[in-house]
Amino acid sequence: MLDPQQLEAKFYELSRTFHPDFYQTKSTAEQSISLGNAAVLNTAYRTLRDPIQRAEYLLGLEAGSVKDIRTSPPADLFEEILELQDTLDEYRASDRESDESRRLHTTLQTEQERLEQHKQEMETQLHRLFSDWDALQDAGEATADARVKRDQLLKQMRNLLSNRTYVNNIVNDLTATIA
Amino acid sequence: MARIVGIDLGTTNSLIAYMKDGQPHVLPDRHGRAMVPSVVALTDNGLIVGDPAKEHLTRSAARTVYSVKRFMGKGLADVQDELAYLPYQLTETGGVIRIQLGQKSYSPPQISAMILKELKRRAEDYLGENITKAVITVPAYFNDSQRQATKDAGLIAGLEVLRIINEPTAASLAYGLQKRTQGTIAVYDFGGGTFDISILKLKDGVFEVLATNGDTHLGGDDLDRTLLESLAKDIQDRHGISISDHPDHVQAVRLEAERAKIRLSDDLTTDIAIELPDDRGRFTRTFTRDQLESLTKHVIERTLAPCRMALKDAGLTPKDIDEVVLVGGSTRMPLVRQRVEALFGKAPHCHLNPDEVVALGAAVQADILSGGTTDMLLLDVTPLSLGIETMGGVMSSLIRRNTTIPASAKELFTTYVDGQTGVDIHILQGERELVKDNRSLARFRLKVPPLPAGVPRIEVTFLIDANGILNVTAKDMRTDQSQSIEVKPSYGLSDTEVERMIEDSFKFAAEDINARKLIEARLDADALMKTTEKSLAEAGHLVTPQEADDIRTAVTHLATAKNGTDPRVLRARMAELEQAAKQLNVMMLDESLKKSLHGKKVSDMS
Repeated sequence: MLDPQQLEAKFYELSRTFHPDFYQTKSTAEQSISLGNAAVLNTAYRTLRDPIQRAEYLLGLEAGSVKDIRTSPPADLFEEILELQDTLDEYRASDRESDESRRLHTTLQTEQERLEQHKQEMETQLHRLFSDWDALQDAGEATADARVKRDQLLKQMRNLLSNRTYVNNIVNDLTATIA
Repeated sequence: MARIVGIDLGTTNSLIAYMKDGQPHVLPDRHGRAMVPSVVALTDNGLIVGDPAKEHLTRSAARTVYSVKRFMGKGLADVQDELAYLPYQLTETGGVIRIQLGQKSYSPPQISAMILKELKRRAEDYLGENITKAVITVPAYFNDSQRQATKDAGLIAGLEVLRIINEPTAASLAYGLQKRTQGTIAVYDFGGGTFDISILKLKDGVFEVLATNGDTHLGGDDLDRTLLESLAKDIQDRHGISISDHPDHVQAVRLEAERAKIRLSDDLTTDIAIELPDDRGRFTRTFTRDQLESLTKHVIERTLAPCRMALKDAGLTPKDIDEVVLVGGSTRMPLVRQRVEALFGKAPHCHLNPDEVVALGAAVQADILSGGTTDMLLLDVTPLSLGIETMGGVMSSLIRRNTTIPASAKELFTTYVDGQTGVDIHILQGERELVKDNRSLARFRLKVPPLPAGVPRIEVTFLIDANGILNVTAKDMRTDQSQSIEVKPSYGLSDTEVERMIEDSFKFAAEDINARKLIEARLDADALMKTTEKSLAEAGHLVTPQEADDIRTAVTHLATAKNGTDPRVLRARMAELEQAAKQLNVMMLDESLKKSLHGKKVSDMS
């Protein structure tokens, strides 16, 4: 299991080993190695700390580049998002001073909050998938069963990541439009 | 290892500090003053720096440079808005601002180097050793060009800059060292020219910056300017004088505006009195704190949005902040404190001297680098996203803002045309989508072997080091050969220019030393004449009329020598005066001894 407290403690410990501050009195070669190591350490910590980045990294390792992940509207939100796109178009075309525009603005605001919440839920779900993944790694079994479970988890993560990216883009669009 | 000093190179004032017995101390000058005004003036006898230069602001404004930090790493187009109120002339060469002083023009790093040299000399006098290594602070929100310009200034001043460190984080080091705090703190740093907010987590000696934000063009200067504009309007209305026609006078009003602002931090009302140009009398006005606050409110409000952004980026809300630390002279304003308290919901901590805490922190970082302090570690972040230009004028982000530094990103480049031998890369910094809305940092051309399109594979590594400065390296993935890259900065001096400026700085050092010696000698002569005249008035009767006459003659000689430009002549006249006044001093000492002994028994004196 990836324990955030333990991760941070380890990061601090390794920072004390690698940080360039502690190599200022050493040779140029040592300084440059410490710089490279510290940069890698910082990337590793940032990636492990954030479930989204961690999932992207893991999928990149296990299933090729994440850039290839197709972002499609999540099935459970399909209808809602179509409707939202219409409302957004209507709002963009509306006269900002009109009552109609104000009504649309309120609708969009409610929608934004709902989607933000949905995004939160997806992140929580991702956390849960990682708990399962870590448990599987800790068990270290190489059985056929474990392999199936592993592939399932990766697939779920991939879907979740794709859905989240989609929702994230919509939320950003929404925020920019009604700001 | 040679000593490393900590330097706060400020917009208004600069300080130098060092570590002694595990505690940082600022280094005072001979008069006990810690702050060196960041002002450089060209006089008939050369360039002068600090307090004496500040006096020239109202006498020869066109040849006196202040707030040069605002021009570091900038082009002329960046500072258009403030040219109207600047008494000195700015031009631009190769993307770098040049400041015209007499017959010569200087880049901002050269002017900053003069201030650094003054600080260096002060430390050398005080510590009795050569100072060659320093940690210099910059605003956290400084971009790559501004950091590089600061490093260049150090080089020109003859200092090896071992680290560029962010001002709010430096403050947190000094603060953390003293208080041994654990938890999350916000450092609100509102200085003379810049504003920064940094959110840090302090745990077990590690100072981890979670997020930073700011505005490198927002500070006390802007508060003074609103006040200056209001006073200028008043003077226009009541006396029909447009002060912008009188550059020396604008400086007198600006300085009076600054002093009034400072007084209004303690008092509720203050009186302003300004001599009008051309002997047209005096302008007086009473100013209240309320009036100051309503004039400057909009400037202070501008600090709040960056605070909210930093909190958001750190994933925190105001209630997660355990302590708020105030840094920078502008945080002495009661309205600033009120707004900060309202935003964070807790009274800010202001027990440390906001003028000195940054220099003290720089000294702590210097001690960490020299291996003295081993239990503290600062993990800072890059304030702005770094990226490259891609198709359609869009910026592609490689390293996000608030990423812990050192940070690196690799990008693979190839060709689109058969036999193409180069790929042009444009590096940017900023948060906006489009290239044109971000800051151009540098351009370089990647050399590619002539091969069919898509075959070359060159990996470029963008590495932001612990100074927040970008380093670029490239490697041909097919041959595993590294290639050197010549990066052309968009708003910076080239290496050859810096070299030449270092040489120049040595060449003119003799001239500058003479100017400085003269100023010091004049100050000392003034002090000597004053005390001698006082002694003569009080105790002239103790010496013969001849002796008293000799003293008066020596004073006159010294006064004449003061008008000259040779410090050695001045010192010689001072020695003569001291010699002439010797008998007087002896007699005065005797007299005071007699008085103190009077009425005492011999047995009391053992």
